[in-house]
Amino acid sequence: MADNPNPDMDVIEPAAPPRKKRGIVRRAFLVGSALLVGGGVFGVHWSDRSANARAKALTETGNDHNFLSWMKIAEDDTVTVYSPHIDFGQGTHTAMGQMLADELDADWSKVKVEQAPADLAFANAALGRGFLADTSGVPGVINALPNAVMAMLARSMPLQITGGSSAVRFTGQVGMRVVGASVRLALIEEAADRLGVPASELTTSDSKVIHAKSGKSLRYGELAAGAAERSLTGSPELKTRKDYKLIGKPIPRIDIPAKVDGSAKYGIDLILPDMRVATIAAAPVRGGKLVSVDEKPALAVAGVEKVIRLDDAVVVVAKRYWQALKGLQALSPQFSDGSHGALSSETVHAAQVKLRETGKPEGEAGDGDVAAAFGAPGARVVTADYRVPFLHHAMMEPFALTGHYKDGKLTLWGGLQDPLTTRTRAAEAAGLDVDAVAFNPMIMGGGFGRRFPNVTEIVDQIAVIAKQVPYPVKLVWSREEEVRHGTYRPQSSSQFKAALDKDGRIAAWQADYVQSDTAEGEVTFIYDIPAVSRRHFKYQSNQNDGPWRSVNSTQFGFYNESFMDELAKEAGEDPYQFRRKHLAEGSRHRAVLDAVAKRSGWGTPLPEGVGRGIAIVESFGTIVAEVVEATVKEDGRPKVLKAWAVVDCGTTVNPLNAEAQIAGGLIMGLSSAIGEEITLDKGAVVQSNFNDYEIIRLADAPPMIDVHFIESGAKIGGIGEPGVPPATPALANALFAATGKRVRTLPLRDQAKV
Amino acid sequence: MQHFSDHPGEQGVAIDFKVNGRQVSVEADADTPLLWVLREDLEMTGTKFGCGIAACGACSVHVDGQITRSCSVPIADIAGKSVTTIEGLKSADGTLHAVQQAWIEAQVPQCGYCQSGQIMAAVALIERTGSPSDEQIDEAMTNICRCGTYPRIRKAILAATGKAAAASAPAMGDA
Repeated sequence: MADNPNPDMDVIEPAAPPRKKRGIVRRAFLVGSALLVGGGVFGVHWSDRSANARAKALTETGNDHNFLSWMKIAEDDTVTVYSPHIDFGQGTHTAMGQMLADELDADWSKVKVEQAPADLAFANAALGRGFLADTSGVPGVINALPNAVMAMLARSMPLQITGGSSAVRFTGQVGMRVVGASVRLALIEEAADRLGVPASELTTSDSKVIHAKSGKSLRYGELAAGAAERSLTGSPELKTRKDYKLIGKPIPRIDIPAKVDGSAKYGIDLILPDMRVATIAAAPVRGGKLVSVDEKPALAVAGVEKVIRLDDAVVVVAKRYWQALKGLQALSPQFSDGSHGALSSETVHAAQVKLRETGKPEGEAGDGDVAAAFGAPGARVVTADYRVPFLHHAMMEPFALTGHYKDGKLTLWGGLQDPLTTRTRAAEAAGLDVDAVAFNPMIMGGGFGRRFPNVTEIVDQIAVIAKQVPYPVKLVWSREEEVRHGTYRPQSSSQFKAALDKDGRIAAWQADYVQSDTAEGEVTFIYDIPAVSRRHFKYQSNQNDGPWRSVNSTQFGFYNESFMDELAKEAGEDPYQFRRKHLAEGSRHRAVLDAVAKRSGWGTPLPEGVGRGIAIVESFGTIVAEVVEATVKEDGRPKVLKAWAVVDCGTTVNPLNAEAQIAGGLIMGLSSAIGEEITLDKGAVVQSNFNDYEIIRLADAPPMIDVHFIESGAKIGGIGEPGVPPATPALANALFAATGKRVRTLPLRDQAKV
Repeated sequence: MQHFSDHPGEQGVAIDFKVNGRQVSVEADADTPLLWVLREDLEMTGTKFGCGIAACGACSVHVDGQITRSCSVPIADIAGKSVTTIEGLKSADGTLHAVQQAWIEAQVPQCGYCQSGQIMAAVALIERTGSPSDEQIDEAMTNICRCGTYPRIRKAILAATGKAAAASAPAMGDA
């Protein structure tokens, strides 16, 4: 039985190129002038109708009318919003719908949000523009894009990716709201003509245009056909906060009902007629190649049909997953080690230390004369070294991607963060033109940075495998394969040195960081210190590194906020007050820090053996301070009792969902702090599954997490990632407060045991 | 009885059991885990594959009323038994189980992938204890949720059993 995951956009046929000139295809509109937050006018220039025509062809079904690619209105008043982003649990689709529907004055009960097809017609100008304009938290994501996309990005070119906590910040603010507001004006104009009244006498509400004087009204569905023929303004006036009906409201998420009755279809759930299932084992040492394999033991397993050799992996194709897995386990493939056989976590660390001591930094940031400050009379110099391991994403849905190669065309189904690059990448691997590849995005069982097509091999793998079999084939990675062949948060280390002056203020701050990419752009250095030097050294192991929820902000957050705590101790000051005096007066940072101290009862007495820790990190344009109350259990491991988070992301679009994102991020940060670690031995990953890669369970997660938002009205920041970074240092700092033991190497495990 | 006999394996055996009240007969290799029979032979994909070693609980179902991680139970052991999956929690008229309703009310799922297993574990816990304490919730709810929905899971379980969830619920904003 075919299992259609998304009936409205099942198979997106690889369509003809939208124009003859290859390479540059303009999007539906380009963003013009600067963004005004809250209300006001956006300068948006609608250009090039060809993308819009394409979107119409892809989305209209006969009794509905597409507007500006990103939405359509049906004659029964149903509004369908096409989100170019992927929703892997962060509530993006609901937020996109809220933002558009609010400006449109649509009846929320008649609004649907769907995944936009993987097509240039839906590539996201707002996102590219946001990335280019925003310097505070996205280079890591951009780094994860292939050169081709980087080049496109520079020209504000096709982007349909999800990452960098970007959806609401860029697409929502600059795209969805403007589309909704423009279409509303077109509906009003249409109604004015039909009713023969001036547009100024008309108002809108609940998907109707209303003429109060005459008591007449027209439904959006009745007006859609006419409105769709009208030219749309590119600079509609947007609502101000006081007029919001949906933005900022705790609207239940639209995706949740299907996630409680088992009906939501994830990539791994796809079943097609005649489909086969494949599973794979890649070289245990990344960089190694498949040397030899005797296929016979696998082919002897019932149901196994084919063994496929890839350059660095072996694949078994069978009728069922269990048969494929048994077939794979029956094989004894020989792999080379790519001359990485001597590598271990310790050799990586030793190389990082050596690089830091004798190498040349790739990047440097900061102001002031650090050397002079260290040499100043009376300066107290403090140093500390920190270290964090590789981290696995542990998305709960193991990787699965289905491919069907037929008549020279390759169709893919599954969950990846960047549908357009998925097509490009698959086309390259399969030796096909990109227009011969279609991709059908499906629901993702978690992502956390793991599902960028260019930082995983599965896209290339399925493209090659599908070309070798005459039927649809679903490639499913075992959990073991996923744990051992991840694109990890990089193993990283740092050395800090600071000078305290006689008043206990930080006079100089020097930090040397080593990891696989120089990620200075990822951390916003928030403290007011006269002399700062931050140096980045680049060390690449044999492992694939990639963005891990909040990209590099977790390790930098841990380093900076642990060291601030150490300096507070050295200065003999309270960790909250010490941070506070190094944050500018009247700043958003100070307001966030003050609020978390107040809400958590900072300074009030605690039971013996319980400690409080505080940390503040800005990432993706959002400032988050967290306080954790923790103790050490009998087995020496941390127990988090309570946690608080205060968040300034400018404006929350959906507070109910924003709270979930921050609390979930906080828990993920605690999990990584307590027990998560990928280590290398003889060049290969040691861990294999959830028995040795420890994820926090309910019993160890704080039962109480107080999340508070400061609605500062500042430029809207991300919400999916910024909850993570402060959690780890807040916990380490709480353990220090509880036990006096400072842990500088993660994971914490039982290191704080007294 | 419904037969699922298109199984291609040459060493397949016929196993009869009940799924969500429906009698089925499946031909499968005897060592095939229940999970894969549910997902691939019966095409009931609400039960999820997470780890394959009974460590994460994404595949949780009820076997004769007992919470069971279906990735690690061979189908041969299921013969004659009665299995309930996430698809079978609704009542015949389509009304959601009280736990499913509580899950929507508390807006628990994020990515949602682990939630079938979480809900099955919660239903089993409530059936066993009536009204579980926080400690019983800690002990029984060992399924992994990577999105970190644990506070809302706890809140939903307490709400489903009529307990005020105030003490354990995540606080909201200025509320």
